[in-house]
Amino acid sequence: MKILRISMSLLVSGLLFSTYGSAQAANNNLKHGNYLRPAEVPYPAYNKPNAARIELGKKLFFDTRLSGSNNMSCASCHNPAKGWSDGLPTAIGNGGKVLGRASPTVLNTAYNAVQMWDGRARTLEDQATGPIVSKDEMNQDMGKLIKELKAVKQYVKMFEKAYPGEGISKPTIAKAIASYERTIVSQTSPFDKWVKGNKKAISASAQRGFKLFEGKANCIACHMDWNFADDGFHNIGLAKQDDSGRFAHIPVKVLRGAFKTPTLRNITLTAPYFHDGSASTLMEVMKHYNKGGVDLGKGLDPNMKPLHLSKKEMQDVVEFMKTLTDIKPVVVK
Amino acid sequence: MKKSFVRLLISLFIVVFAAAAMAANQAVGQKNKQFTVSSMKIKVGETVDFRNDDPFFHNVFSLSLASTFDLGSYPAGESKSVTFDKPGTVEVMCAIHPTMFMTIEVVE
Repeated sequence: MKILRISMSLLVSGLLFSTYGSAQAANNNLKHGNYLRPAEVPYPAYNKPNAARIELGKKLFFDTRLSGSNNMSCASCHNPAKGWSDGLPTAIGNGGKVLGRASPTVLNTAYNAVQMWDGRARTLEDQATGPIVSKDEMNQDMGKLIKELKAVKQYVKMFEKAYPGEGISKPTIAKAIASYERTIVSQTSPFDKWVKGNKKAISASAQRGFKLFEGKANCIACHMDWNFADDGFHNIGLAKQDDSGRFAHIPVKVLRGAFKTPTLRNITLTAPYFHDGSASTLMEVMKHYNKGGVDLGKGLDPNMKPLHLSKKEMQDVVEFMKTLTDIKPVVVK
Repeated sequence: MKKSFVRLLISLFIVVFAAAAMAANQAVGQKNKQFTVSSMKIKVGETVDFRNDDPFFHNVFSLSLASTFDLGSYPAGESKSVTFDKPGTVEVMCAIHPTMFMTIEVVE
């Protein structure tokens, strides 16, 4: 009996391992990249997430005290109902000022090697307080914010529970918000089901689109692997290239007008597209790439070339991208 | 006479081969958005070949005082070289992919 149990458990373990290890092999159409999500959401050793830290971060994320005017919270630009972005071409900041770049989604930022469109923040902790103190964005004074939070008994208790002995400070505010943001990750999409072998999970058009995505359309040059992003920076030849992007922080020629590749996960929830919000639909995005962008001699990425896709082929790629949206996206409870 | 000539030829071959071997460049690959070595030590005057083994472009550069260079973007299978003329620590990165980082210690 004992041997049977061991045999059965070995069999089950073997099947599980086999299912995991060969999930991609389950679908013969997959050629490139690793489309399996990592087992864990990464986090820095100095800020291991726990329930208290996440709860505190969530409270801060939605609290308008974080802005100088007390009118804006992080969620004003990173609205869960709008794919953790804001649905606008470019963000609206302090006093209604229209800013130069789109609000990037918070979704899957936990997996980013660097943060923000120009990568100027390395970690979520580095990034979290940047918009709070930015004059153009939330225009809050960090000293005043700490004072305001210390005046709220519930916050005092929550900070102590989350970060015992560390108090309410810029680092603990940043760590708490980062801990919450690490819970905002994509879930299972139809594409994921297809990758694991459910051949009916996505349409024939989407399957053709995926083949184009990996092949003729060469989308995977940047939108690679399970998160459909390379953590890299590219000038994709948008019509307006007056924003120097990454080049402002690292003066290397190829980085002129280059911005971080965004994830394509939940892409149907985050329109409009590109760092300047200049494309309203995924078809507009495809038309841009199909012509190879606009070369203004400002560091156009070498991957940008005319693709010669037909309208039907572009529609197929769009159908594929739609399959990257979660069946049940992360919501706030 | 003939034997001496053969010996001379062999000696010459050995000397040339040894010199070529000594002058061989160091090699660093770029694979899976990583450099194949994270650090290396070389002598002043030595050359390092940076080969792109990924199916997409890389752009190797350094802004270190000991050596500043930008090899530009180059595709799969191509290699570009840098000769290091000054001693010091050189931080080498890929401009496109910020996860790529390595150091080269150049010694006298």
